[in-house]
Amino acid sequence: MNIFDLLTTVDPQKINLDEQMASGRRAMFRQLGDWGKKMALGAIPFGAATLSSKNAMAAHEDNVDVLNFALLLEYLESEFYIMGLDTIVPKGTDDEKVFMQISKHEKQHVEFLQKTIKSLGGMPIDKPAFDFTAGGAFMPFSDYDQFKVLSQAFEDTGVRAYKGQAANLMDNDTLLTAALQIHSVEARHAAKIRMMRDEFGWIYFNHRGRGMPYATQPVYKGENMSKQAGIELKTITTVEEGGFTAAFDEPLTKEEVTAIASLFLKK
Amino acid sequence: MRVPLSNSKERTASAKNGENLRRRSFLKFAGFATASTAVMLSGCKEVLDKLPYPVDVDPDDYVLKTVRLGKGDTGVLNYAYTLEQLEAEFYIQVVAASGFASMFNYYEQRSLREIRDHEVVHRDFLKAALGDKAIGQLKFDFKAVNFEDKQSILQTAKTFEDLGVAAYNGAGKRLASPDLLTIAGKIVSVEARHASIIRSLVDTDPTSFAGDDIIDMNGLDLAYEPAKVLEAANPFILNKIDASEL
Repeated sequence: MNIFDLLTTVDPQKINLDEQMASGRRAMFRQLGDWGKKMALGAIPFGAATLSSKNAMAAHEDNVDVLNFALLLEYLESEFYIMGLDTIVPKGTDDEKVFMQISKHEKQHVEFLQKTIKSLGGMPIDKPAFDFTAGGAFMPFSDYDQFKVLSQAFEDTGVRAYKGQAANLMDNDTLLTAALQIHSVEARHAAKIRMMRDEFGWIYFNHRGRGMPYATQPVYKGENMSKQAGIELKTITTVEEGGFTAAFDEPLTKEEVTAIASLFLKK
Repeated sequence: MRVPLSNSKERTASAKNGENLRRRSFLKFAGFATASTAVMLSGCKEVLDKLPYPVDVDPDDYVLKTVRLGKGDTGVLNYAYTLEQLEAEFYIQVVAASGFASMFNYYEQRSLREIRDHEVVHRDFLKAALGDKAIGQLKFDFKAVNFEDKQSILQTAKTFEDLGVAAYNGAGKRLASPDLLTIAGKIVSVEARHASIIRSLVDTDPTSFAGDDIIDMNGLDLAYEPAKVLEAANPFILNKIDASEL
């Protein structure tokens, strides 16, 4: 992808169309492939209006799907922290205050997503049964280090999951902004837990970090991007690779995130 | 005192004197006008309002260019580039301060150095992505910051990181390109990681990393419109930023 082409292709549309029309068109070209996108922008003018109601419905269903996908992750995180605070997190410590704050946010995210899905006429998914040992691989509620390991993995996954879905919410400014506002909260959580694990706050290359078991590697797969928007970063900055890979967090697809979350669903 | 101002490279010795700063901040508010040749400055607003737009003077001169961010996705990226320039320049000065190594412990030093690197990468990337549509190098004023004082540095860093998160969160909806939205997402979560670490370094409250002062009752982070962000950044930026086309 060449960013210049994108900019020059997209800009005129923003000038000429009112916001409503632009939203409808964004929703429409989102469904087209990358290559079709630029052509579609140039080739479909105001006839788009005839497709708009059909589009709006498709977009609406998509939005509910995206929010339910987010809700699954928030259920997982929320339950994980409730159980951890009940069992392994040391009482009366600063750590407990940190995890209580994170737990509060995850619960708020669950309620916010449920409410939002209903307001769109959708049906929030039920909370599944979780197995945080992942079939016996982890002991987060009897081993505090493992609790923090999984906490970091869940938060870093959450960041990547929301990032991967942002473009699927572009047809609704309110939903998109709310998703971004949750996304950055997950990133704040992730950095804090990393710090509590004596790590730095960000992800170098695709390194999962000290003390993170190999089983968590899918959470960091593909974080070591040397190019952004088609630009080879080493050609435009003097900062070294460890720095420029840490400067960008990468998205995960719905399928990749689901595969990670599925490990913790009760079989 | 009367100072000639023109689009050419003409300037007088008086342009370099101690009046510069006061004059420069006054001139930041210069607006639209039709005049394109020399204008005589008498220090009154009516005359300043007649200055050419954008104020087309060498950035090294006593009057800085008004910077137009532009419109559409270009404008949003230039807006991001403005903030990344500000952050990069700030952390470059933080790390270069003579007391840096004595003020901060190892974890703090490495965090601040790496945050500097990230902001430099963000800045360099946005410049490259914008190509000939990129705004120029902005001029900054950090006189409100004491770079030999740990609290002053970290409080300023906290302001900038929270502001950066709020800016990207608020600007996402203005992007038309899904690819650029994803890129903005890749950057904003790193800013949020910075904010979390900086808050943990400067605040004693263990919940500050995502404190109740910024996260609302729905568990949502800040999201600001560009006008609010630029108002907060304005004291640190000497150029006038024109975001009217965003």
